[in-house]
Amino acid sequence: MRLRDYTLVYLSVALLLIIGIWATIFYFNMLDEIYDSIDDGLDNYKMLIIEKSEEDSTVLYKNEFAESNYSIRPISAQEALSITDVYMDTLMYMKYEEDFEPVRLLRSAFATPDGKHYELKVISSMVEEDDLIEDLLYSLLWLYLIIIITMLVVNTILIRRIWAPFYKTIEQLKRFRLGSKYTFNAPETKVKEFTALNETIDLLLQRNQEVFESQKQFIENASHELQTPLAICINKLELFAESTDISEQEMESIASVLNHLERMTRLNKSLLLLSKIENNQFEISEPVNLNEMISRTLNDLEDFSTHKQVTLTFDDIETLRPRIPADLAQILLSNLIKNAIVHNYSGGNVKITADKGALEIQNTGMPQALDIEKIFSRFYKNSASGQSTGLGLAIVKAITDIYKLKINYHFDGNHVMRIQF
Amino acid sequence: MKILLIEDEKDMQENIVASLAKEGFLLEVAADFNLAMDKVMMYEYDCILLDITLPDGSGLDILKELKKQGKSDSVIIISAKDSLDDKVAGLDLGADDYLTKPFHMAELNARLKSVIRRSSFGGKNEIQLGNLKIQLDEHQVFINDEQLELNRKEFDILNYFAANKNRLINRSSMAEHVWGDNMDEADNFDFIYSQIKNLRKKLKDKQADIEIKSVYGIGYKLVVQ
Repeated sequence: MRLRDYTLVYLSVALLLIIGIWATIFYFNMLDEIYDSIDDGLDNYKMLIIEKSEEDSTVLYKNEFAESNYSIRPISAQEALSITDVYMDTLMYMKYEEDFEPVRLLRSAFATPDGKHYELKVISSMVEEDDLIEDLLYSLLWLYLIIIITMLVVNTILIRRIWAPFYKTIEQLKRFRLGSKYTFNAPETKVKEFTALNETIDLLLQRNQEVFESQKQFIENASHELQTPLAICINKLELFAESTDISEQEMESIASVLNHLERMTRLNKSLLLLSKIENNQFEISEPVNLNEMISRTLNDLEDFSTHKQVTLTFDDIETLRPRIPADLAQILLSNLIKNAIVHNYSGGNVKITADKGALEIQNTGMPQALDIEKIFSRFYKNSASGQSTGLGLAIVKAITDIYKLKINYHFDGNHVMRIQF
Repeated sequence: MKILLIEDEKDMQENIVASLAKEGFLLEVAADFNLAMDKVMMYEYDCILLDITLPDGSGLDILKELKKQGKSDSVIIISAKDSLDDKVAGLDLGADDYLTKPFHMAELNARLKSVIRRSSFGGKNEIQLGNLKIQLDEHQVFINDEQLELNRKEFDILNYFAANKNRLINRSSMAEHVWGDNMDEADNFDFIYSQIKNLRKKLKDKQADIEIKSVYGIGYKLVVQ
């Protein structure tokens, strides 16, 4: 539900209540006023009739309403004394309407100067209450509808205008990514609350950005600091392994420690590389000739692929010249190609194609697709290969992300990685 | 052969000293900028191993001073900074080679020997290993004056072994040296084995009196019989 609709719902419920109560009070007040005025009329009429009866005694014999609005009936003095002026609602057949209609009736008694007593009934036609209610209801309904529509229109225009800075803020926040160079620019607004909101957001983002930066820096520094101690350990162990008086069993232990240390070094190197890429520490110079690089990489990896009994082929259709640092292009290529060789079977193949501004690396391998959600995440290992760092594809992803290249993976019997340059 | 090691990290120092001592080099050590400067100015070395980041100065300044004085000592820069800028600056200032920490001792041996060989006047750029002769410029190998046909990888492997005679060479060090940085993350180095096997066979066929021994789980060692 939008902000506009919220206010509208509350206001319409409140209005309904207010208008309802107001209509009831208004109705009874009006009715009261109408009765008052009719009763006054009846009173006046009564006086006129009594006065007239003194001049014209025929009036006294009119004991049916018929064409006029009164009837007179002689009564005993006793009865006359018991009658006080009474106004009442009653029904009377109306010829015009062909129906009984409500009328107001005044029952009174008077005495003529000759001492005779008469009962006088005067009537006046009445408002039809149901018609009145109906009219009132309809006009109020219209009023209610018009008010709601007006509110909707005004609210929409108002909200669009007043809340414009707010929506701009949201737009800006949507585009905001931690670690990207894009900064949050608070939109101009005269509304105090929005200014406060923007300032708070700005502050919050700044702090987050700082924490993020220092975190990234920390990873880089940590892996950098780890390099030397790791190298020293490896060097010392290698020197130790050269001693002549080491038993075969001891040598096995040394070898195992060495292997783990080397794995740690590789892991550390990858982490360092990853944070360097993310910290944008590589400079772009010239566009690199990717095709030459591919040929060279394939040449470098030839012994490895021969050992794994995987055939490498390269379809050099179009020369790709992306503007990315040569070091990173090399890492991108060798990580992808190595990956395609490692996650393959003996007798399988890797097919590389450079065409239509894209690099495609296809390889045979496991008969089912890889989990696309996971393959690019850090430390995700699909195989049980103990030597893999699980960072190879994360590095590839970091490179493509930072240079805004599109990389996607699909499975059509072969595993296909495609980078659009 | 006199080598000056300018390095402030004590353990690193010890490792390099221990490793190079096995190669028969005479080593002097300077752990800070001033001592290093004094030594560089006072004596002559066949090669200076220079760490760029010293606690009280930059190794690059030592290199500048060295060149200003017209000294012809070879210099290999060793530094943890693997930024291209440092490398270019170092080589521009006249350093002979650049080695990024962390490195394998076998790699240092190979670089050091190569630098010294290149700088020694009149020295033939060849290595004698038992009855084996490696001509580095021509990329040729002879056993008892009979040529041994090797492909590029086999030649590089043999060359690396030659620089580290009787020393243990780690497989990953071999992979990095011969196959380049690309290989350092491969899931295993078994593929090296097939190359070594070919090389062994060729050496045996020509009756070379050197032998490549496997060291369980770690790597290989070249032994001259």
